[in-house]
Amino acid sequence: MTDGVNGVALTVFILFFVAVTVMGFLAARWRKAENEHSLDEWGLGGRSFGTWVTWFLLGGDLYTAYTFVAVPAAIYAAGAAGFFAVPYTILVYPLIFTFLPRLWSVSHRHGYVTTSDFVRGRFGSKGLSLAVALTGILATMPYIALQLVGIQAVLDVMGLGGGENTNWFIKDLPLLLAFGVLAAYTYSSGLRAPALIAFVKDTLIYLVIAVAIIYIPIKLGGFDDIFAKAGEAFAQTNPATGAPRGALVPGEAGQWGYATLALGSALALFMYPHSITATLSSRSRDVIRRNTTILPLYSLMLGLLALLGFMAIAAGIEVDNGQLAIPQLFENMFPDWFAGVAFAAIGIGALVPAAIMSIAAANLFTRNIYKDFIRPDATPAQETKVSKVVSLLVKVGALVFVLSMDKTVAINFQLLGGIWILQTMPALVGGLFTRWFHRWALLVGWGVGMLYGTAAAYGVASPTQKHFGGSSAEIPGIGEIGYIGLTAFVLNVVVTVVLTFFMRAVKAPEGVDETSPSDYTADAGDPGVRVELAKETSGDPVH
Amino acid sequence: MSDVSGVREEKPAASRRPLVTPVRVVIAVCLVAPFVALLWVGSYAKTEPVFIGIPFFYWYQMAWVLVSTGLTMIAYQLWQRDQRARAGGASR
Repeated sequence: MTDGVNGVALTVFILFFVAVTVMGFLAARWRKAENEHSLDEWGLGGRSFGTWVTWFLLGGDLYTAYTFVAVPAAIYAAGAAGFFAVPYTILVYPLIFTFLPRLWSVSHRHGYVTTSDFVRGRFGSKGLSLAVALTGILATMPYIALQLVGIQAVLDVMGLGGGENTNWFIKDLPLLLAFGVLAAYTYSSGLRAPALIAFVKDTLIYLVIAVAIIYIPIKLGGFDDIFAKAGEAFAQTNPATGAPRGALVPGEAGQWGYATLALGSALALFMYPHSITATLSSRSRDVIRRNTTILPLYSLMLGLLALLGFMAIAAGIEVDNGQLAIPQLFENMFPDWFAGVAFAAIGIGALVPAAIMSIAAANLFTRNIYKDFIRPDATPAQETKVSKVVSLLVKVGALVFVLSMDKTVAINFQLLGGIWILQTMPALVGGLFTRWFHRWALLVGWGVGMLYGTAAAYGVASPTQKHFGGSSAEIPGIGEIGYIGLTAFVLNVVVTVVLTFFMRAVKAPEGVDETSPSDYTADAGDPGVRVELAKETSGDPVH
Repeated sequence: MSDVSGVREEKPAASRRPLVTPVRVVIAVCLVAPFVALLWVGSYAKTEPVFIGIPFFYWYQMAWVLVSTGLTMIAYQLWQRDQRARAGGASR
């Protein structure tokens, strides 16, 4: 792996990298609006994106570099269980078809930039809104860190990682450079930068997958051979566990885990701040619904990509770190110049989500911590300034995280992040459809879900780790192994419902709901959508 | 228009049209079907029949990407028609 630098691949990689950097800075001028010093402009691209831009942006955002590396890596390691990503990304779309248009409408009417803005407006509770904001920031940080892990994997395979005894500064210099550039254009162009770069990223990814899925099986003797070899490899006993390494098809015992992981992840995906940021930047309610019919193209690609995990086994790729399996497969199979294109696809694939995630986390901080608790009279220009600075801090934090700690820490936290973010769903999605839930019941339900999820994940051991060894544990009362996040979510909902009955019985104050039923179905062009938006962002003290 | 739709979604009893119509049931079925199919893992956890060398488990789920997309498209079209009909009926 560290047999010198692959010059041709590296040159191609750098060419693409320079190209997207230029694009990132030029993006500031793309569809420029009159009032550029508002959070709507910097943090939501002026809420102006149409169907295709939204498609590229959401696709570039949700299917991250880490996904591209981790999904086939999971297949490479254990087989069928890793394929849950496909049902997961299928189930996401009927879900967003149902609830996201409502969030879009109410956000436009009231100028909400984050999910916490909505929760505060709907339930009149700064405490609940703070809980949602903190969960969002906590869940996003390790996700950004994992994008760096994705870039690192590519740099390693190209021979840039250096050996173990290389000076740490030289070793990490390429990563520092990449992130410095990313930070600079996110700062100056806001959400427009990843939106524009997403075009390049997705085109490259589709190209690489199309070539890989035809070219590699031909070189390996067809899918029959690939699956036969993979089946043999999975049947081998893993010395660490004494059980087979994996399986081509999940056994009876693994099916609950497979289904709950798919469902839980699907529910969690659109609770993540970066998904919401990309959604709210779209121009109209219809853009979102139309996107649910074209976004699944990415799921198809993800399925094909997952199959690369089997190809890595059939090609005899042996790596200690599963994350390197796919980059190594590309290096071994493709001519150097095309390996460079593939590496660029993964590298740029890390930049787009990292930029959107840092913007989303920064918006949460600015709107729901800075403005709600520190400077209630902040002007839109000040909000934008704070958001820009925080987006830098978030990225620096992620960088320090990756460089100073073991990679498994980032992966553990990302696993926890998925469990955590799911606990904001009752407040957010519940709130979109009904005002029945009591704000204090939601807050306690959230707390119970967070505690249970964290404790249960802490108790999971794996052959290599004593704690946080996985995301599945026995479901109390059912006895099957299932996704912890979903169990915690069910617990959260039960607590919320029971406490809501109680709160209503004792007539606890409900808080003021600033939204009205018609807000949830308003579309662009309807009376009030633009007007109210302008009023809110000009600093009208409504809250 | 926005008032009418608000009434429809939050207070069905006051609306002239019922909240649940046959078209809306079809929309709901289109949106729920993928959940039933994919969460019932036992129905597809097998290797046969193999398609171009790919075990059933894998190609079946990938086929569901297409099926699910088709169903969402149908739901989208029906929803558009439903909304247009209601907007028209509300003497806009």
